Amino acid sequence: MEASTLEERRLVDALRAGDESAFMQLVQEYSPGMLRVARMFVSSRAVAEDVVQDAWVGVLNGIDRFEGRSSLKTWIYRILTNTAKTRAVREGRSIPFSALAGEDEEGAVDADRFLGDDSRFPGHWAAPPQRWEPERRLLSAEALAVIEREIEKLPPNQAIVVTMRDVEGFDAEDVRNALDISETNQRVLLHRARSKVRRALEEYLA
Amino acid sequence: MRLDQELTCAQVVEIVTAYLEDALGDADRERVEEHLVFCDGCSTYLGQMRETIALTRRLEPEHIPSRLQDELLAAFRGWSPA
Repeated sequence: MEASTLEERRLVDALRAGDESAFMQLVQEYSPGMLRVARMFVSSRAVAEDVVQDAWVGVLNGIDRFEGRSSLKTWIYRILTNTAKTRAVREGRSIPFSALAGEDEEGAVDADRFLGDDSRFPGHWAAPPQRWEPERRLLSAEALAVIEREIEKLPPNQAIVVTMRDVEGFDAEDVRNALDISETNQRVLLHRARSKVRRALEEYLA
Repeated sequence: MRLDQELTCAQVVEIVTAYLEDALGDADRERVEEHLVFCDGCSTYLGQMRETIALTRRLEPEHIPSRLQDELLAAFRGWSPA
């Protein structure tokens, strides 16, 4: 987790002084990512937009308490995720973040891709993954659409973690703090999400 | 996480995230690395996980409607710094 930078502290000071352009600069920089994360918590895009708006009001009301121990972005996202969680509960959508609580999860790869116990090398690849040709379809807009659709299909807890880590680029500690989850849960949720996204790309490229 | 001496490919695909997150102990990390040396399938798999992460990072930002920006501006104007 990074502490706030000089540039951030300048923005915070400007915000505290009521500088409208500083606020709108932050809004334009962070709202697109905030909306994407909020979308994973709540039922519709309209509600997600409400959440983003409420989060910004929370940022303004709390800006005097920002101490710069985390980056401003991390602090803003913590407000966002708390706002989104509250809203999700009000919608009757409570999102469990205890990844290990008896979910019936399949493996990262279908079991029949590996050799069985009766073979000489049980657990080794029977159908190994084929190399992807990077210059082709992998770099297309379609591949990105495949990823986006797969993330939308994930259970919300996995979708939120992979969005924060891999789309928004937060580190593991930021995500643990924002969501109030353990190191293991963060990693398990990320693992399940990334494994499914890889699998979706594999199917698309096959 | 403590693994048996010899890793199977089925185990590698389940600890690949822990490996990429640098969350394995030294001994287990070495076992993964030894496995990758001789296993093309798992090397390819690891490469695909890295490609997946890099591609996910390229998703386009969400569009923020101008209505929302206007509302935020109005909220800011109605807010008075302490």
